[in-house]
Amino acid sequence: MSMPQQTECPNCAEPLGSQDAFCGACGTSLTGPPTLRDLPVVPSCPHCGSAELADGWCQQCGQAQPRERDHQELELTGVAAVSDRGLRHHRNEDAFTVATAEGPGGTPAVLAVVCDGVSSSSRPDEASATAVTAAADSLVAALAAGREPGQAMREAIGAANRAVTALAHDGTAPDGRHHNAPACTYVSAVSSGGLVTIGWVGDTRAYWIPDDREAAEPYRLTEDDSWAARMVAAKLMAEAEAYADPRAHAITGWLGADAEDLDPHTVSFTPHVPGVLLICTDGLWNYAEAATDLAFFVRADARTEPLSTAQELVRFAVERGGHDNITVAVLPIDPPTAPTAHDTTLLDVPLPRAADPDATVPLRPAAPPVAVPPPPAAPPAPAAPPAPAAPPVAVPTAVAAPVED
Amino acid sequence: MASLSKPDAPRFDVDVFQNEYLAQGSQEVNAIVTVTATGGGTSGGRPIGAAGADAAVVLVIDCSGSMEYPATKMRDARGATAAAVDELRDGVAFAVVAGTHQAVDVFPGNGRLAVADRSTREQAKLALRRLDPSGGTAIGTWIARAQQLFASRPEASIRHAVLLTDGRNEHEKPADLQRALDAATGCFTADCRGVGTDWEVAELRKVSSALLGTVDIVAESSGLAEDFRAMMTAAMGKQVADVALRVWTPVGARVKFVKQAAPAVEDLTGRRTDTGPRAGDYPTGSWGDESRDYHVCVEVPAAAVGSEMLAARISLVLPHPDGTAEVLGQGLVRAVWTDDLASSTRINPQVAHYTGQAELADSIRVGLEAHRAGDLELAGAKLGAAVRLAYTSGNEGTLKLLRKVVDVVDEREGTVRFRKNVSEADSMTLETRSTKTVRVKK
Repeated sequence: MSMPQQTECPNCAEPLGSQDAFCGACGTSLTGPPTLRDLPVVPSCPHCGSAELADGWCQQCGQAQPRERDHQELELTGVAAVSDRGLRHHRNEDAFTVATAEGPGGTPAVLAVVCDGVSSSSRPDEASATAVTAAADSLVAALAAGREPGQAMREAIGAANRAVTALAHDGTAPDGRHHNAPACTYVSAVSSGGLVTIGWVGDTRAYWIPDDREAAEPYRLTEDDSWAARMVAAKLMAEAEAYADPRAHAITGWLGADAEDLDPHTVSFTPHVPGVLLICTDGLWNYAEAATDLAFFVRADARTEPLSTAQELVRFAVERGGHDNITVAVLPIDPPTAPTAHDTTLLDVPLPRAADPDATVPLRPAAPPVAVPPPPAAPPAPAAPPAPAAPPVAVPTAVAAPVED
Repeated sequence: MASLSKPDAPRFDVDVFQNEYLAQGSQEVNAIVTVTATGGGTSGGRPIGAAGADAAVVLVIDCSGSMEYPATKMRDARGATAAAVDELRDGVAFAVVAGTHQAVDVFPGNGRLAVADRSTREQAKLALRRLDPSGGTAIGTWIARAQQLFASRPEASIRHAVLLTDGRNEHEKPADLQRALDAATGCFTADCRGVGTDWEVAELRKVSSALLGTVDIVAESSGLAEDFRAMMTAAMGKQVADVALRVWTPVGARVKFVKQAAPAVEDLTGRRTDTGPRAGDYPTGSWGDESRDYHVCVEVPAAAVGSEMLAARISLVLPHPDGTAEVLGQGLVRAVWTDDLASSTRINPQVAHYTGQAELADSIRVGLEAHRAGDLELAGAKLGAAVRLAYTSGNEGTLKLLRKVVDVVDEREGTVRFRKNVSEADSMTLETRSTKTVRVKK
């Protein structure tokens, strides 16, 4: 038995001929089972299925509807990043962006900025988004103007700080809950011509993960502005003791109107082996604090699959409990084939702390995990100081300077 | 904050104050909703456009036999009524009713409303001579007559009565009054005044609550004229009538209560009219340039940490006869579940304040009832608690009234002693004004 003769398209009412297999106007298939294209796309509530939605809320069950910032992914040539709300926070207060820039001589650069809104401040989500936009705009402009990356980074942190500070004075009344000015932490990375430059404030971090983790050691490149780090740096407490303290993760540096004595840190280095640079929020590193632990969850081909790498790291943090918002950016780094113009020193020579160029506090590479047990299978190499025999990375210029006032 | 009004109508701004953060398993969401109407009564009662033609006022004056004692009472009531008539804008429809065991419209006297102008105002004042004290008190009949008079002018959107009595509702059954109130509710609003101390606060409050107006005591009849003038000024400032607070809640949620919290406590929970799925309207009467606070408490289904829910959508709406409603302003009450104790245990200052103000009003009511019933222990505890709440919340007005009824030993602790020879007027003033609240100290 044949199908009843249709005289008009069931989807758009276009008149049909007797032999038509598809509607000439809207493309609806007129024979066989409906294709995906024929099905009406009606947004519905993921909690109760209702199609009654208004202003981001379900009109049936009242649940907030998924928002743009709940999960975001961005990829450009040379950089990828993923951000996720996690499982225990109602909104994503992390923000990030990735961009490409070009120096005056046509030197290409890629950059990523990651910020984490301070949840005890007001409007932390706006603070992080504002900082990211201001910093990225500033970086792109400064690099285009031919500024040296370290200088561009310091200018970007200054611009981000001014933008977040301005939020406190934009006339928006406090929401009755918070009286702390909008604030966020900051980390960004610029990769250009073999030189990698990191800038940070707070406890957002950068890690260097080489492709070959047998021959070269993964490193953490940032020193947190946190109570524990400060205690250790001041030699007031042993590391284990400081990180076991409940105040350990209280941050001592951030961007915003309440930030006193903004102390931006920058570090530049030239990797001599291929690898990836990760910049991330504590929503990720809380589950794998030490560089070697984190490296264990970074796929071997991260350099060629940066987006998959970022996706997997975010999934890892969500599966571990997703207690905080999670954001990670991945920048594949290929060592320059030609010798660089930069002087190089070995990374295993202690890096000066950004705040104190004379300090001899080393970065803490491969520290044992603090609270998170190592993964069950194939634990990473035991914590050990970097082997001077196999210098993975050469460090030229670790620079710190205050932002102009 | 949201405001959806047209530029030529009063603008309604809705602000929500709450701590939206709930601990795991918590289900109760509290919010203070501040509604501020502006741009409506800014003319200060002077005629603007045809606004006068939209208003109707009925003045109901007790003419029971007791109004003759003392003789000044009736005279002052006539004077106050004349003062109220003088405050009427040109174009406002009005009538004067003499209330006894029956109700007689002494002006204009044809079962309809007169339209205010220089001549009708003078005629009305002459007619006030016909306010003669003789007969009983049956407030239900007064209300029914006022309703008939308003019905003669259906085009009036603002319909407001002023009701003055000096005694209890002795000449009809409580059920008769209730029936009249049920019929009149939603037809007009009414401010009620008790003159002297022989009337019953609870009885008159029932009338003013049902008719969405104020209640107050005028202990000395010499104060009536000033009070009437002020009441009429407020009534002439009203620009929008029959405004409702519409509360939408999601499936599985339940409105625990809706209370007006400022300028006075008024429980609206039982006044809900369902309006479509999961929404209900609570009447707020008519609005001029003013600001009122509402305390809304909603019980929502518990959700997982990290969830965010719209617990209530609060709108100010103007229902139209065809069943549609114009939304004048809107605010959202949210619920966010968190495991951050610092967030979920934070107490919103507005919610705490008005919870305290409602408890203050309740303590005074229960304390005075206990005192009348001879339970001095309970009365002392309740009035002591009232003193403490009034002191800590900065409600100076209520604290002053409490001091006339009890000797305050320690206002911070709420220790009080009963005074000897408390005047009936002071006691009734405290009872009448116990629901007046103050706003959060800035």
